[in-house]
Amino acid sequence: MTAATVDRVSSGARGDQPPVPDGAVTITVRIQRFNPETDSEPRWESFGVPALPTDRVLNLLHYVKWYLDGTLTFRRSCAHGICGSDAMQINGVNRLACKVLVKDLLSGGGKHTTITVAPIKGLPVNKDLLVDMEPFMEAFRAVKPFLITYGNEPTRERIQSAADRERFDDTTKCILCACCTTSCPVFWNEGSYFGPAAIVNAHRFIFDSRDEGAEERLDILNDAEGVWRCRTTFNCTDACPRGIQVTKAIQEVKRALLFRR
Amino acid sequence: MQFHRYDVVIVGAGGAGMRAALAAATEAGHAPRTAVLTKLYPTRSHTGAAQGGMCAALANVEEDNWEWHTFDTIKGGDYLVDQDAAEVMAKEAIDAVLDLEKMGLPFNRTPEGRIDQRRFGGHTRNHGEAAVRRACYAADRTGHMILQTLYQNCVKHGIEFFNEFYVLDICLTETENGPVCTGAVAYELATGEIHVFQAKAVVFATGGFGKVFKTTSNAHTLTGDGMGIIFRKGLPLEDMEFYQFHPTGLAGLGILLTEGARGEGAILRNAAGERFMERYAPTIKDLAPRDIVARSMALEVLEGRGAGPNKDYVLLDCTHLGAEVLESKLPDITEFARTYLAVDPVTEPVPVYPTAHYAMGGIPTNIHGEVLRDNDTVVPGLYAAGECACVSVHGANRLGTNSLLDINVFGRRAGLAAARYAANHELIDLPETPAAVVQAQLELVLSEHGKERVADIRTELQATMDANASVYRTEETLKQALHDVQALKDRYAHISVQDKGKRFNTDLLEAVELGFLLELAEVLVIGALERKESRGGHAREDYPNRDDTNYMRHSMFYKQGDGLKSDIRLDYKPVTFTRYKPMERKY
Ligand SMILES: Cc1cc2nc3c(=O)[nH]c(=O)nc-3n(C[C@H](O)[C@H](O)[C@H](O)COP(=O)(O)OP(=O)(O)OC[C@H]3O[C@@H](n4cnc5c(N)ncnc54)[C@H](O)[C@@H]3O)c2cc1C
Ligand code: SF4
Ligand code: SF4
Ligand code: FES
Repeated sequence: MTAATVDRVSSGARGDQPPVPDGAVTITVRIQRFNPETDSEPRWESFGVPALPTDRVLNLLHYVKWYLDGTLTFRRSCAHGICGSDAMQINGVNRLACKVLVKDLLSGGGKHTTITVAPIKGLPVNKDLLVDMEPFMEAFRAVKPFLITYGNEPTRERIQSAADRERFDDTTKCILCACCTTSCPVFWNEGSYFGPAAIVNAHRFIFDSRDEGAEERLDILNDAEGVWRCRTTFNCTDACPRGIQVTKAIQEVKRALLFRR
Repeated sequence: MQFHRYDVVIVGAGGAGMRAALAAATEAGHAPRTAVLTKLYPTRSHTGAAQGGMCAALANVEEDNWEWHTFDTIKGGDYLVDQDAAEVMAKEAIDAVLDLEKMGLPFNRTPEGRIDQRRFGGHTRNHGEAAVRRACYAADRTGHMILQTLYQNCVKHGIEFFNEFYVLDICLTETENGPVCTGAVAYELATGEIHVFQAKAVVFATGGFGKVFKTTSNAHTLTGDGMGIIFRKGLPLEDMEFYQFHPTGLAGLGILLTEGARGEGAILRNAAGERFMERYAPTIKDLAPRDIVARSMALEVLEGRGAGPNKDYVLLDCTHLGAEVLESKLPDITEFARTYLAVDPVTEPVPVYPTAHYAMGGIPTNIHGEVLRDNDTVVPGLYAAGECACVSVHGANRLGTNSLLDINVFGRRAGLAAARYAANHELIDLPETPAAVVQAQLELVLSEHGKERVADIRTELQATMDANASVYRTEETLKQALHDVQALKDRYAHISVQDKGKRFNTDLLEAVELGFLLELAEVLVIGALERKESRGGHAREDYPNRDDTNYMRHSMFYKQGDGLKSDIRLDYKPVTFTRYKPMERKY
């Protein structure tokens, strides 16, 4: 884990708390904090939050922000695992805060009542759980993540068989959340590695029967920072909230490189 | 403060904003300097949450034509639709879908390899004979694919984005011909800095405001900023009382389960297992338009036929569809039910109840996306498209799949119109101190002037809107809502935020967003109070019938005076008819 220091327990509430719903238990939410305007390094802070088993971790973070400490900063939007805003380390693994329910973390007889939340690793932390996504998006943009075709466009749609469409279905699901890339040990050590998410998005086009840009993309991925860096540890696959077979996609790209021409 | 100069500035990077940016960059015959300002990273926009489909009369799987689509849109909108606009949308739908396919969108395919199509509520063959397969789709991730495809093409064409820039005001310069739009003012999340963007044309594509309600399919960030900004400038908003409640939200949560589920054959049942829609819409049953299905569900619950321990929801039965259809055509919603309700749609019916979903009203525009400052005068240089706009193609009730269509057709039109306007006009001077309003607003929120918490006011707002201004409304409930909203506005004057910093101050922005929500909630409620009839998504228990004599007209809301507590003036605008006469709506 990151070198966060002082472990502070927050006592400060802002005014009255909202009524606690029936069946709620108090969870300790331990959060890695960093405010660029006041902190020189990250620190830990714990908050007591009443929670229902069906609450999402995102609800707990909202509770902290709305009632205990308004300065807590994180991204979120859709709240149901579709926009990719709220990737973070929850109890040490990369998850979307809106897709993890409290009850999933309390297994083991409800004993573990502490939930630890930290920013995803390998991208610069801007404030609390909010990281700089630019390096990640840059890698995505670098693999030409768009359909490349030559010649005249057809007047109607391009024809594509259902089987050809199925071929790349898995990698169309990516929401660019960065859970995979920021769980990759190679990316942690060598930030210049494209990372799994970029390769997933290259895969989405390389295996699209309509696309004619595979060669250009494979050249990019053959590069020193490309697919050969991957050591097939499957962290990325485990982390993907969309259930994408990330490592398999990377393997398929490697194979396409080995057998091309 | 930083100054920027562009030909075209687009505010919002959802489907409408990015389609506008692409049209401006690639279809206008010249490439204007374009900037897209967005408070979210483009791929975080809520277009990505859209599930079921985007309709166009491609006739890939059965006979269909755009005229039927036009008729369905108008009838679905309970005849409050501007018929010329509906014709444009239905006609251009076909190219809109084909354009997306050419940009790379991975639609599901027919056995012949063409774009597959499925049934959706209110879309019928030959003016209501039977449901027709018109919705083009990519599993239940159609919006995700649209958003990704548009962003991918923006990358391809090098569109310039300013991510996490919150636009909080526009610049209107007074000329002898009235106000002209000359730019936008934005707050940069990363630094807290104010940026003034001078531009020849500004396109608003800021999406909806579902967060005025508690139970909603909308994202936390859908706070109606664009509509609020326009309204505060004294420009009108149109038909704000028409808010759509989607029948199938996960009970208690509001997370959406697409109508595409019913399109694939899922059935709504009450506690007794009865397929109750057979009583309310004998011909197309579960595929009746959303307003009708949502009201039917609410009635089942009100009359004691609801399911569950508190009899407060109904059931969406997908069990007969089989695991394969669910996993291949409806995988995401299957997962939502499993994750958030621990219900497996393969084996059990899913608890559902209506959820606040879509704003039919918004910033009035003509069919070119030009913003109107009264019933027919445009504001030169100002455009709007997507959910924040009201063309009006959805009238009193939007048909499913018509919004993904709307954002593509009118997003493109607005982008093109803005680019062409920019090519033929010079930059006009900004008004003096263009950022003054925003600076004063932010300083006020940051200053110490009270102890009210943003979360408390927002929670109470959402509670009263759910209780008093949702599927069914009465004079009494609406008066209560108005009273509550106005009291909350008073309290808003005393809010305090805890984060006083410059960097990534989302505490501050949540407070600003709440200001927009309060403003729009009041407009919605006043519109609903004044419309003493039931039409489409607006159902008054005390006035259960449609009243074409008095209310076949759009509502136009104008803010008078400054400050949050100013008056609202209500005016009216005629509906445009081409060839469809209002009829009783039966399905
Ligand atoms: C769950 C769900 C499912 C749906 N399914 C369907 C469907 O199957 N078919 C269909 O036709 N319709 C569907 N809809 C409706 C449709 O998806 C939306 O109406 C449509 O996507 C709205 O697109 P938009 O571009 O107008 O707005 P959005 O996609 O919401 O984008 C708004 C943009 O504005 C930006 N923005 C907002 N405020 C500011 C500000 N102050 N400053 C800068 N930027 C700002 C945001 O960053 C964002 O980029 C669905 C809606 C939901 C919620
Ligand atoms: S499989 Fe490859 S890309 Fe994925 S985490 Fe391991 S090294 Fe990184
Ligand atoms: S592959 Fe999965 S984990 Fe990686 S960015 Fe895409 S959705 Fe997120
Ligand atoms: S908030 Fe959208 S993925 Fe979690």
